[in-house]
Order: sequence, then C-alpha cells, then structure tokens
Amino acid sequence: MRFTKDHEWVSLDGDIATVGITAYAAEQLGDVVFVELPDVGKALKPGDAMAVVESVKAASDVYAPIAGEVTEANTALPDTPEMVNQDPEKDAWIVRIKVSDKAQIDALMDRTAYEAFLDTL
Amino acid sequence: MRYLPLTADDRAEMLGVIGAADIDALFSDTPASARLKGPVELPRHQGELEVERELAGLAARNRTAGSGPFFCGAGAYRHHVPASVDHIIQRSEFLTSYTPYQPEIAQGTLQVLFEFQTQVAALTGMDVANASMYDGSTGCAEAVMMASRVTRRTRAVLSGGLHPHYAETTRTLAQVAGIQIERLTATVDAEAAVIAAIDADTACVVVQTPNVFGQVTDVSAIAEAAHAAGALLIVVTTEAVSYGLLKSPGEMGADIAVAEGQSIGNGLNFGGPYVGLFAVREKLVRQMPGRLCGETVDAEGRRGFVLTLSTREQHIRRDKATSNICTNSGLCALAFTVHMSLLGEEGLRRLALINHLKARRLKTALQGVPGVQVLTSRFFNELAVRLPMNADDAVEALAASGILSGVPYSRIDPQAGMDDVLLLAVTETTPDGDIDRLCAALTGTLSPETGAVS
Amino acid sequence: MSMQTVGRPTRPETTSQTAPEDRAVGLLQYEPLIFELGGWSKTGVDLPDAAPGAADDLGDLVRTTPIGLPGLSEPETLRHYVRLSQKNHAIDLALYPLGSCTMKHNPRLNEKLARLPGFGDIHPLQPQSSVQGAIALMDRLAHWLKTLTGMPAVALPPKAGAHGELCGLLAIRAAHEARGDARKRVLVPTSAHGTNPATAAFAGYVVEEIAQTTDGRVDLADLESKLGPDVAAIMVTNPNTCGLFERDVIEIARLTHAAGAYFYCDGANFNAIVGKVRPGDLGVDAMHINLHKTFSTPHGGGGPGAGPVVLSAALAPFAPQPWIVSEGGDYRLIEAREGPAAQAFGRLSAFHGQMGMFVRAYAYMLSHGSDGLRQVAEDAVLNANYVKARLQDLMSPAFPDGPCMHEALFDDAWLEGTGVTTLDFAKAMIDEGFHPMTMYFPLVVHGAMLIEPTETESKAELDRFCAALRRLATDALSAKDDTEALERFKAAPVSAPLRRLDETLAARKPRLKWTPPAAPLPLAAE
Repeated sequence: MRFTKDHEWVSLDGDIATVGITAYAAEQLGDVVFVELPDVGKALKPGDAMAVVESVKAASDVYAPIAGEVTEANTALPDTPEMVNQDPEKDAWIVRIKVSDKAQIDALMDRTAYEAFLDTL
Repeated sequence: MRYLPLTADDRAEMLGVIGAADIDALFSDTPASARLKGPVELPRHQGELEVERELAGLAARNRTAGSGPFFCGAGAYRHHVPASVDHIIQRSEFLTSYTPYQPEIAQGTLQVLFEFQTQVAALTGMDVANASMYDGSTGCAEAVMMASRVTRRTRAVLSGGLHPHYAETTRTLAQVAGIQIERLTATVDAEAAVIAAIDADTACVVVQTPNVFGQVTDVSAIAEAAHAAGALLIVVTTEAVSYGLLKSPGEMGADIAVAEGQSIGNGLNFGGPYVGLFAVREKLVRQMPGRLCGETVDAEGRRGFVLTLSTREQHIRRDKATSNICTNSGLCALAFTVHMSLLGEEGLRRLALINHLKARRLKTALQGVPGVQVLTSRFFNELAVRLPMNADDAVEALAASGILSGVPYSRIDPQAGMDDVLLLAVTETTPDGDIDRLCAALTGTLSPETGAVS
Repeated sequence: MSMQTVGRPTRPETTSQTAPEDRAVGLLQYEPLIFELGGWSKTGVDLPDAAPGAADDLGDLVRTTPIGLPGLSEPETLRHYVRLSQKNHAIDLALYPLGSCTMKHNPRLNEKLARLPGFGDIHPLQPQSSVQGAIALMDRLAHWLKTLTGMPAVALPPKAGAHGELCGLLAIRAAHEARGDARKRVLVPTSAHGTNPATAAFAGYVVEEIAQTTDGRVDLADLESKLGPDVAAIMVTNPNTCGLFERDVIEIARLTHAAGAYFYCDGANFNAIVGKVRPGDLGVDAMHINLHKTFSTPHGGGGPGAGPVVLSAALAPFAPQPWIVSEGGDYRLIEAREGPAAQAFGRLSAFHGQMGMFVRAYAYMLSHGSDGLRQVAEDAVLNANYVKARLQDLMSPAFPDGPCMHEALFDDAWLEGTGVTTLDFAKAMIDEGFHPMTMYFPLVVHGAMLIEPTETESKAELDRFCAALRRLATDALSAKDDTEALERFKAAPVSAPLRRLDETLAARKPRLKWTPPAAPLPLAAE
C-alpha cells in the first residue's frame, strides 16, 4: 500500500489500483455523512478531484493519486458513509482505477514514510 | 435617541475601562483623510410621531387594493390573511431570532421549517422541499441552474407561458453560468409548443401552470417527452392557492416544482418580501439550493430538528456551493405555514373552489362586454382578455375612476406585441359587485360615445 | 484530499439510552408536529360552501388525490405556534452576540408602518400613477443610502446580502464586457464570508484567495502579485470578518484600479462605520448593504432580508432594472432595458425588490437621523471594545493590538490543555442565559469566537454578559485538572429546551419531512 501527502492510499492488484482515504484522514474529518463518487469510465490525471467526502461541517475533495480510468466505484458508501470512519483503509475503498503508468505508484510514500510524514504535521 | 441605551456617563466610563482617550481613538484604523468630521447632510433624528407622519403621508399617496374594485394578479395575488397569522409572525421569538444555527435554542423556528417543508412537499406532490427561497422568480432561476448541474447540459427551454419576469430573471442568472436560454413565443396556449423544442442538449424545460395568461395545462406529456430526452421538467406556479384544486406538479411528472408562496399567508407588499417554494424528487436532494431542516434526536434521545445537508451551502462549500443563497424568507415561510395550518386540506380546497367560481363569474361577465375577447379557455382564477384598444390606456382610464382593472401584458413583456392584452385575476376577496362595476366601466371605456366612464 | 478539518463534533458526547417521555418541563410545553395533532378534517377558516360542479369546466385537470394537509381551529393553531415560539431565543429576550450578524433591536414602529395598507396592500403591477408614494419612498431610501455611502447610484432590487453580491458582480461583468474586456478571476481574502466565493463562482468567475497578514488584514504584497489583466474584481469585506478595519483600504483600491479591476466591498459590517466613514471616499466601486443588519429590519429566523447595492459612476449604467426616475415631481419605474436603463445587466427577480424591508429601513433611518446613525456606529464600536477589554485577561483576543471595530474576536489558544473546545464553551453560554457567539468563523482563526454586541445593548446588559463569560471562562480554565468541570462543558446545554443534537444522524439518514408512522420514511435508508 502506498500513500500520498494528501492522505489517499493506493493498493495495486495487476493493473487495477484501489484508492481510499487514510485512517488519519478519516479521523481528522470526524463523522463522515456522505461520499460522492465519480462516474465509471471517467479519465483521471494525478491531482484531479475525483470524489468528495463529507462530514456535517466540511466537504473535502479526494484527489486522484495516479492517472487512469475509473473502472469501479464503491457504491456502498453513499448509503453507509459511516464505513469510512469504521474501516477506511479496507472496506471503505472509494474507487478502482485502471492504471496507465505504474511508475506513478512507486513514486508515492510507503507506510513508514507516510507515518514519518504524519509526525511532521 | 430612543433606541440607544448608553448614556454619556456610560460612554465615558467604558472608554476608561478600554483605556481610550475618546471615541475617535477607536476609529484610528480608518484613514484620517476619509474620516467624516460630523454628521452627513441628512435630517437629524426624529420622534415616533414625526416619522409616522412622514410615512403615513407617503402611504396615503398609494391607492390600496382594498379601496375599490381590484383585479391585479400576474404573479402576486390578494387573498384574505387571517388575523392570527400576523399575530404569530410578530411574536418576538420568531420576529427577532436569527437563522437557527444553535438548534438547542431554536427548535421553534426549526420545527416550523420542518412543518413548512412537509406542507410544501404535500402541496406540490414532490418528495422533498427546502426551507424556502427568496421568491418564485429566483427559485425558477435556481431550478434551471440545478437542472444544468444534474444533467451536465447547458440548454434550457422556457415555455412562452412562463411569467416574463421569471424568464428574465432566469436568463440574467443563467447566462453567466453558460446556460443557453431559449424562451418560446408567448401565447395563451404556449405549452403546446414546448415538446417540439426539446432536443438532446436540453437540460430542462420550464413550464408554468396556470401560466401567465391564466391557462391551466396538464403537463404530463411534456414530462414524458422531457424524460425521454434525458431532460428535467421544472413546473412553475405563481398562484399557490391553485394547488387546492388542480393536479399537482408531482402528479404530472415534474422533477422540480417551483412556486411563489405569497398567496398563502402573505400580503401584496408592492412585490416583496415573498416566499419561494422549491421541491424536488428524492434523488435530486443533494443538488438542491437553500437550507434544509431535518429530524434527529438530542443527547437524551428526544426528537429535535437541525439544519442539515449543509455541505451543499456556501458557508461550507464556498466556491463549489450549489447556490450562494444565505438569507432566505423564514418569516414569510412562517406566515405561509400558519395560514396553511389554519386552512387545512378542507379549507384550502374550499378556498381554491371559491377562487375558481369567481373567475367563472368574471369570464361570463367579460364575455358580455362588447369588443372584449376572453383568450383563456382553462383557468384557475386569472384570465387574459384582448381589448379593442391599448390595454395600458384602458387600465389608466379605469384607474382614474377608482378601478384597478388588472395588469396590461405589455407591462411585463413590452416586446411581445400584445399591447391589447389585459390580465385579470379574482380571488375570494373580490365582491361580485366589483365584477359588475368593472364590466360596466369597461363597456364605457371601450365605447366612449356611449358616455362617461362610470 | 483537501483536508478540511474545520469540522467539530457533530453528535453529542454524552447520550442517554432510554427514550424520554414527551412531556412538559415546567411551563414549557412539549409540542408535537402539526401533523400529529389529529386535525385531518378541521379548518380554522370559515368559508362558504362551494356549489356542486364548481370546477366541472376543468375536467381531468382537477386534483383527485388527497393532499395530506392537517388543519386546526384558531385556538389550537395559536397555542401550537406560541408554544413553538417559546423554544426560540430572540433579541427581545437577551443579548444575541452573533458576530457578523448584527443582531440589534428591531423597532416596533417600523413593523407598524410596514403594515399600513398604503404599503402592505398595494400590488407591484398596479398603475404607477396609483403608487407614487411607494416609489417616492424607494427614491428617498435610495437618497439616504447614497448619502451615507458617498456613492452616486444604488440598485434596490437585491433580496439579501448574497443577492446583492451577485448584483454587484454582474454589474462589474457587464462593465468589463461593455469595454470588450472579458476577465476571468475574482480575488477574495481567505477570511471572507462563504457567500463571497460562492457568488463569484455563481457569476462565472474563477475564485482565487488573497492571503492575510498576521494582524488580520489583506496582505498587500500578495494582492499585488495576484492582480493582473484577467482579474475582474476583488471582494473585500470592510470592516473585515475579523472585526478589523482594513487600514490600507485606499491603497487596496488604488492597486485594484491600476490593474483595471473593480473593488467590490462586502458591506455586511457597515454598521461599524455608518456616519463615520463613507465607502465612496475609500475607492469602493460596489457595496451591498444588508438592510436586515445595519438598518434593523428583523431577521425573522432567517429572513427575509434586503441587500441594495451602491454603485460607483463607472458601474451605475449597468444596474439591474427596475430603475427609478423622477420627472417634475412624478416618479416612474423603468422596468425594461430602455431609455437610461438601456445598459442594465438584466433582472434579479420579479417586481421591484423588498418593499416591506424598504419601509422599515427608511423609518429606521428617519428615526435615527444623521446624528443618530453616527452614534450607532460609535456605540457599536464602543460596546465591542468594552467586551474585549473586559475579557481579554482571561480569553485570548485573536488580534490583541489596537482597537477592534464592532465585534471582538477571540481564538481558542486560552483553552489549550483544558479539554474544553470553542463548541463546548459556546454551548455552556446557553446555560447562562445567552445565545452563543459566532464560532469557528472566520476560518482563518483557530476555534474562533466572534462577539458582536451591537449598539442597542445597555452597559448593564454588557456587564451581565461579561460577568457570565468571565465566570464560564474561569470554570473552563479549571477543567484542566477537574473532570467534573470538564463534564459540565461537554454536557452543555442542560437547561435549554433540548440538549445537543445529533447532526451526524440527521445528515446520514435524512428525514426532511413528516411521514405517517405506518408508511416507510422516504429518505431513511434503514
């Protein structure tokens, strides 16, 4: 699993990457009440706002950590947004992306580096 | 000054606590070059008596709707408002409270909004209503922009039966959002032309029923055509009392229902403040503009109400908000809700029928005036007629004899080439005798050789 | 992700598991929804029976299904809504220190005058010859607004502050377009009210933020670096949302104009300077005035308001219709783009604006006069500085140096280590008999507490308020090593009609209308 400074995680399986937000992010946001998902088929470049995670008092864009095309979105989230607080780094994945350049994933932080990054915040 | 509690001694003492030499020390951040040395050139303060005298003088220069025969409508209607409505809205706790951001001490306002939303959803036949818009016209513009967001399309078709002020308001706001507005030709049966104007780029079609000419249309077929093309149907109503008699927008397939709610609980007020009703299908709720009140529980498990789904709104979403709306029309919504609660279903149905019967009587009477052609065939409480003369001139002539005979269509749509069309509305407040007086005077005005205007 | 953590707990931290009884607490009655009062066949309005066949001309246009509306007799209706009213806080009950909201006294004379039939019972489209007094009043109101702001023109139609912002930006857009100089960006300080960026985006502009200096003002260097040939306008609130006057406002205007952009001023805080400083003398091109703030039309639980916009000579030709003109003592509304209004940018709503608010605001102005309005600003600023002076040894002012304007801003640095948050402190104020201050706004100050007492508070009420806050602040500081004290803050309020509400539940499972118990709830996806 790899991580971004914007608190997204990416996990690669073949050429499909699964993306979500980190446990740290989920805790900072507070109670998540809604998740807005992208359309399947949407082409993303790194840094594109691809989803929105909402708490009662804030709406935060989730950015695409890598380039690719959305192949699947986690449609359980809009009805059970509390999953993001309960299991952010597994069941509450947000999208699956068909990766166009795997090197982009290698460039992201590993868990040790991400945790070190969190210590600096 | 009767509204300012501080005394000179208070001010001196407070400046001492602050440690400021004088009041000007507290304004030291303002540029010295722009600081006024004394009061601006306007009159000095006055007592209640003097202020009342000046405003009463201005009020006396207006002819009130209640002072004689009155037939104006075209988006604002004169209904009887029960005395208790005004009493409730002048309660300090409603009148002098803010937007209910602290729900523990604003349950009064919040529960009213929840009741309002439920009433509006029921009247419009829709799933969800918001806690009000400024008025019907701004609600219409917001609905068009919402439809564009939902469909990701940028063309809106406005029926020629839509109130021209609503069309203009929508055009003004939508054009900066990059939405192309196509307003169809204004005619009494304008809804007939709407289906042909729908294409694959159409985000929404906006139809009004009863329309600005008073014509009532079942828009179900338009709904089907819009949906088949992937567009939304927005149904506008400017006379909310009509919901008591006519099929609701929801029943006819509307995706968004917008209305002017002034007719219920609110006076004419020369055009404002009014209250916009805005209701949608459930699946569109997160794209809605404006505030929403929702049910929840407190720390002890008791039912309570809060503003909710706020992430759509400007104070959180800022430049990505669904609308920039902040202030709404809370007190007018309260008036609407209290009046609606007094009426109930039975009262509203009865009120709507009485309005319709008055209009039938008006139609029969106008058909008896030589030269007058009634254009509206299916109506609620408003009719368009063609006169054998300029409608504006006729209205001025009748006003001179104490009759406010309606709204010349050209007043709200000067480019339409319908200078001879007059819009007339009646309500439960219109005595039958006033209809007779109108028709007699109109007969005189239209054929001056028969004598003076009565 | 764009980590927005301005969020705060949105569900109660202490909860009870047992469902309480719905019953009165002392004289405060439990009150069900109108839909639960059983009035399905009642009406509180006596209307004659309609004849059978009254709608037989309408055929299948007639509604055949029930609407689902309850009705009640007049005594039941009165009791229902009066009971509900008692669950609200109001200015008429106590100080209402919501910063940026200007909750001042609402004179009852104004209510009386707005209800004169000559204002309340006239139709917006009756012949103009029959409403000369109404148009004259609008013209006089316009004269007062122009004189107080030192601006040459005013557009009266906007129905609220945000509507006024839109009016100003559309006029700016029209002015640029008239020169063939379409521009793309609008600059807005980070401390701005959310309506500013929302309005700019609504008006089709890309929003860019201007940084703030450590003393709470626009960063001139940042502004200068972001101004350019594609900037249409800047939107700056002055006095700003930190309750401070922008000392460099004249320079801000100069830089803006030098870049060919317009200066939109958010006039939400005009109350602090009315009669003291005129925006027209500062280089402002457009500014809305919330009549429901500075000129005291009642907030009514969220509206209606009114937001007329004063305009500079450069923007005046583009003001929306209707325009008011006077010819030889006769007043006329120009309702279409014609004559002098040929360049109007369009129409902001049906009819002519918020007449009911115009009457109230004009009565307020006449009552105060030029001398009283100046005193309003002075007393509003004096009261805010007094509150700041009385509290600053216990609570931490966000910008301690120099005077504030009409509102005193504190941050939550003083609460560090206590476990008490801004939210807890604000909720505890309710138990002391006061409405909380504005909290967590402006966003640029951590745990912000923004207190605006307004000029209509007496020194005695301010002293009572400050004493209550000092008591609370002392208790909050003691929570550092006193769990009981901390719990009292976490549980607050305990003496309001309801305890803290679960906003998380409301947002996750939206119930936005009443539904009969038997039927499934429409939006509850359980």
